[in-house]
Amino acid sequence: MLQFLIRRSIQGIPILFGVSIITFALVHLMPGGIVDSLVPPGAPPGLREEIERIYGLDRPLWEQYLLWLRQVLQGNFGISLVTGRPIAEELVAALLNSFKITLAAAVVGFSLGIAFGVLAALHSGRWPDKLFSLFSIAGVSVPPFWFAILLVTVFAFQLNWLPAQGMGPEGIPTSWTQWRHMILPIATLSMIPMGVVGRVVRAATLEVLSQEFVTALSAKGLQMDAIRRHVARNAAPTILAVMGLQFGHLIGGSILVETVFNWPGTGKLLNLAIFSGDIPVIQATVLLLSVIFVILNLGVDTAQALIDPRMRR
Amino acid sequence: MNKSMILPADAAARAPAPPGRRRANRVLSRLRRDKTTVAAMAVFLLIVALAIFAPLVTGGEPYAGSALERLKPIGTPGHPLGTDELGRDMWTRLVYGARLSLISGAAPVLIALLLGGGLGVVAGYAGGRVNTLIMRTMDIFYAFPAVLLAIAVCAVMGPGLASTIIALGIVFIPSLVRVTETATTRIRSMDYIEAARCSGVNDLQIIVHQVAPNILGPVLVYAASLASLSIILAAGLSFLGLGMPPPNADWGQMLNSLRQAIYVQPWLAALPGMMIFITSACFNLMSDGLRAAMDVQDG
Repeated sequence: MLQFLIRRSIQGIPILFGVSIITFALVHLMPGGIVDSLVPPGAPPGLREEIERIYGLDRPLWEQYLLWLRQVLQGNFGISLVTGRPIAEELVAALLNSFKITLAAAVVGFSLGIAFGVLAALHSGRWPDKLFSLFSIAGVSVPPFWFAILLVTVFAFQLNWLPAQGMGPEGIPTSWTQWRHMILPIATLSMIPMGVVGRVVRAATLEVLSQEFVTALSAKGLQMDAIRRHVARNAAPTILAVMGLQFGHLIGGSILVETVFNWPGTGKLLNLAIFSGDIPVIQATVLLLSVIFVILNLGVDTAQALIDPRMRR
Repeated sequence: MNKSMILPADAAARAPAPPGRRRANRVLSRLRRDKTTVAAMAVFLLIVALAIFAPLVTGGEPYAGSALERLKPIGTPGHPLGTDELGRDMWTRLVYGARLSLISGAAPVLIALLLGGGLGVVAGYAGGRVNTLIMRTMDIFYAFPAVLLAIAVCAVMGPGLASTIIALGIVFIPSLVRVTETATTRIRSMDYIEAARCSGVNDLQIIVHQVAPNILGPVLVYAASLASLSIILAAGLSFLGLGMPPPNADWGQMLNSLRQAIYVQPWLAALPGMMIFITSACFNLMSDGLRAAMDVQDG
């Protein structure tokens, strides 16, 4: 098992390298670039070269990349061009805010998805199954940013039960004043994971139920509970893989929903950075979120291998 | 995953039927009996038809507005679906919006289908080092969360229809490569491919006549479900202000500019999102129907 973990981690290194190169290249392909957003029009002729020298932009591209990579590995993401504050500080704060709603949305979406999926599989072809398949199609087809606006219209504007925007007091949510801000974003974000996980759970449960060992177990006289345990164990790896991927997409995809709710997370940070041309912030956010995504996938692989030894190839 | 472990005899029994008119007919007749899929297809074709014949079914002026007729409710005489925040007719703008939204949703999938599908077939058919090279490169792109990558590429290229299409195309290519590669690898060592190779047919002909028709099922099913995602993401980019600049009407951008109107005309403001939802749901339902009709199993 340890061997598996080491091998997978080593396999992740070239991917992380590739991710860092693409992130770096992406931003340097941007028309204009850093200098143009820093140099005011009509500046004295020497200023442009001076700024290029300070930011190291006069050096060859590969040298710039290595310099940037070394700083990033030391946890130094540079300084925001707009606020002038260290990016690492702002990014960590935003990431924690994003985690508040994405983690909760993952828990809600996954539990509902598993519950509905199992229910649909056990009643396959009858009304709970049909109702759920309608529900899950709607869940994956609904544009999250539109669903968010609908929820705001109904619950914030017409019923006036919940706030339409903002996060409320900072810190780990413990009080109702903090939670009430989170309810609508969580409801929006949990729709897609619920639909996707539900469909996979339904399919996985049906497939396991149709296998011979289930019949054999009941022929052996095993209690229903024990059979369920076996079914769950056999369906788990597939479901885990999908949940890991979905959680990654939640983190990456919350940008649209954060924009609607004005939630101070990574999505909003990225959105602001794009429209103010704050290149170092864009670079840092994309890199950090992608690295989290890679690590998450490694975690899912490991969990799968723990459950099912056949996966430890 | 356990499909690679089936025994040879079993594999022969489960092998995809040889391509031909008979199989296409069977799939079509199954599709015709599936009422949900037929309904989804009808709705989708209706939207496409409206988009194509936009000047005929509307007044033909999506940008003409009147300051006196701003935010009229649904059912106003002369404006069956009301007017937007600049007094422009909603029905006209929704129909014209379908053009841009459908193009920005479908084009990325088609690009990914061609490029990603091509790379996937090559990787699966060639195997070995070529396969490793292509698939490991795709792993890197796969390491970015989809929405994030799309937004980053779009931000770099600047707002516009071309950026949206290229950005989403880049996002979809790796997953289509994976699906195609899996499907190709699965049939690569089948007897009929072996037989074709023995009879001296060259690789290109084998790919065109033997491989392509047999992997088309799973790849198309996947592409249809990607199209549903593509419509949503394209609208999302537009919603963020990374799509076509105003006054062009596409659903995502209409939704964004009507956001403030939810306090005045909530149902009117919901219309563009409703269109995105319906179109996306149609693609998902068609994908499901196709999957059932073609007997495609998840890879």
